[in-house]
Amino acid sequence: MSTGSAMRTLTYHEAVREALWQAMEADPAVFLMGEDIAAYGGVYKVTAGFVDRFGADRVIDTPIAENAIIGAATGAALVGMRPIAEIQFADFIACGLDPLVNMTSTIHYRWGQPVPLVVRAPAGATWASAGPFHSQSPEAWFAQIPGLKVVMPATPADAKGLLTAAIRDPNPVIVLEQKYLYRRLSGPVPEGEHVVPLGRAAVARPGRDATVVAWGSMAFKALEAARMLADGDGIDVEVVDLRTIVPWDRDAVLASVARTGRAVVVYEAHRTAGFGAEVAATIAEDGFADLDAPVVRLAGLDTPIPAHPVLEAAYLPDEHAIADALRRLVAY
Amino acid sequence: MPLTPDDRRQLYRFMCLSRAVEDAAWALAGQGRLVGRLYTSHGQEAIPVGAAYALRPDDVIAPMYRDMGMHLVRGVAPVEVFAQYMGKRGSSNAGKDSGLHIGDMARGIVGMISVLPDSLPVAVGVALAFKLRREPRVALTSFGEGAASTGAFHEAVNMAAVMKVPVVLVCENNGWALSTPPEREFATAAIVDRAPAYGIPGVQVDGNDVEAVHAAVAEAAARARAGGGPTLIECLTMRMRGHSIIDPADYVPRAQLDAWAARDPLAGQRERLAAAGLWDDAREAALQAELRAEVDAAVHAAEAMEDPLPGDVHTGVFAA
Ligand SMILES: Cc1ncc(C[n+]2csc(CCOP(=O)(O)OP(=O)(O)O)c2C)c(N)n1
Ligand SMILES: [Mg+2]
Repeated sequence: MSTGSAMRTLTYHEAVREALWQAMEADPAVFLMGEDIAAYGGVYKVTAGFVDRFGADRVIDTPIAENAIIGAATGAALVGMRPIAEIQFADFIACGLDPLVNMTSTIHYRWGQPVPLVVRAPAGATWASAGPFHSQSPEAWFAQIPGLKVVMPATPADAKGLLTAAIRDPNPVIVLEQKYLYRRLSGPVPEGEHVVPLGRAAVARPGRDATVVAWGSMAFKALEAARMLADGDGIDVEVVDLRTIVPWDRDAVLASVARTGRAVVVYEAHRTAGFGAEVAATIAEDGFADLDAPVVRLAGLDTPIPAHPVLEAAYLPDEHAIADALRRLVAY
Repeated sequence: MPLTPDDRRQLYRFMCLSRAVEDAAWALAGQGRLVGRLYTSHGQEAIPVGAAYALRPDDVIAPMYRDMGMHLVRGVAPVEVFAQYMGKRGSSNAGKDSGLHIGDMARGIVGMISVLPDSLPVAVGVALAFKLRREPRVALTSFGEGAASTGAFHEAVNMAAVMKVPVVLVCENNGWALSTPPEREFATAAIVDRAPAYGIPGVQVDGNDVEAVHAAVAEAAARARAGGGPTLIECLTMRMRGHSIIDPADYVPRAQLDAWAARDPLAGQRERLAAAGLWDDAREAALQAELRAEVDAAVHAAEAMEDPLPGDVHTGVFAA
């Protein structure tokens, strides 16, 4: 849903910036709050230059206080503002989890008041030794909380379009930006207004032999695996990028599995009770008749995310592990 | 107990060792030879050294990520520090975590995590156990002035005060919380202003004066040991490097750095020792040569250690 505008190539990081910038330009109710986001521009420099354009009233440096950041953003949203809270690393949302779990997420259900609030956070492993407290992928924490929406863009265009949709949504939306992709991934992004509706998956690559369902950095890795298999093995893989975790696009996933008959669900969060378990269970329940092989999960291990590169590599699924899983699945 | 001449020289030596270890670590990190990000105590060494030196061996520390000196005073050898920084298999974290997150209850060290300041409530619990068991031991924890903005700080300090547990709370106010200055972290003039609000004693000291830090912590620890509960100690200092090695810190005014550079805690203690006739150029040259050799040997020994094996990732999630 883009209004007739030219495409340019942007990095994922530039695309996030553009969504924020355009939202700030378009709606005076939108404002940013977070740690070190004003003059410093945030630890990943996503908001560099924003305070010069929009002023310190709309680009607010907060004390180190995640609970108060999320709680206060909720309060501002109740009286007509459109707050966008940046949490410096997704891992630290844990310090502000209570308002999300108990307050923000239940307000509309309990008394009918919308809470249009965005929490942005760089999430996921970096493949660069960020260790246990700067690598987590906490989407499943939030997926357990009715009333919160969760998005995890995997492309620059979606980074812009999903964030724009999140800002306009009348609900609290957690946007888990993939710090691994910020500067690694470039792609075409519409210049003007660009909205990707929440809740719709994308077929990132069509294929006949098997479906990979992935999100965030793992969608990026799954595409690499699909290319490897197409070139080296003659296996034609379809990659479904979930894009939105809550609400998630069951129909798109089931339709893909109906075409291919085989599914691997890939996620970098811990395997047990990760969101991929929900996807796999749904395929097994509602797509059983279409399956030619058991649904496979490939995920991070049930351990903290270790720092040393040898251990981190052992923790994380990568394109080779995804390709191996697909080879086994196709041979099943 | 007043400091003996030997204690005063030890305080200086530990600060110099801390500086030497961190200078070497800085160089190694720049060459990509460390795992994870490096944060150092350059300019604020007097606080961890003075604080840890004031404790007894069976007291427990819950330090923050810049507290190299606390680890050294507790007996962590430079080779252990470098092994930890390199993520070696035989290091404290065995490559599973990185940075100065060394934990070792045998030496009374609670390993920190990155989330701020999560060691603070833990230190209160350590102190609570000492109180319940009527052991004459104290817990000491340290945290930045920025970390004091969190709910965890408030809950922990309030609870410590209510329960009157033997904990010493050391705030290292180094002028910056990443890019955020104190006036955007709190609206009072000082962290120590909060002490009366919690109903506990508070004291502000020159954090670049190792003997002043030592005296304040010794007094607080004695009070805690005697059942007098927690003390909040605010140490004023300056972060002389970037927040971490990748932060150029161009937001820090030059004049602020210059003013504090003139008050270097190592130079200050050296001059004080010299004025008291306890130090001279020959001792200085010998110490620096000794530290250089110790640090070089530690780096080499650490580098020779084994890296983790992929299968190690699975071990240790649960205790047996
Ligand atoms: C709960 C939490 N929020 C944010 C961060 C990111 N962070 C790491 S260090 C830091 C600044 C800390 O400043 P201060 O407490 O003053 O300690 P200093 O680094 O100055 O020694 C921030 C914001 C974190 N580690 N934990
Ligand atoms: Mg500080």
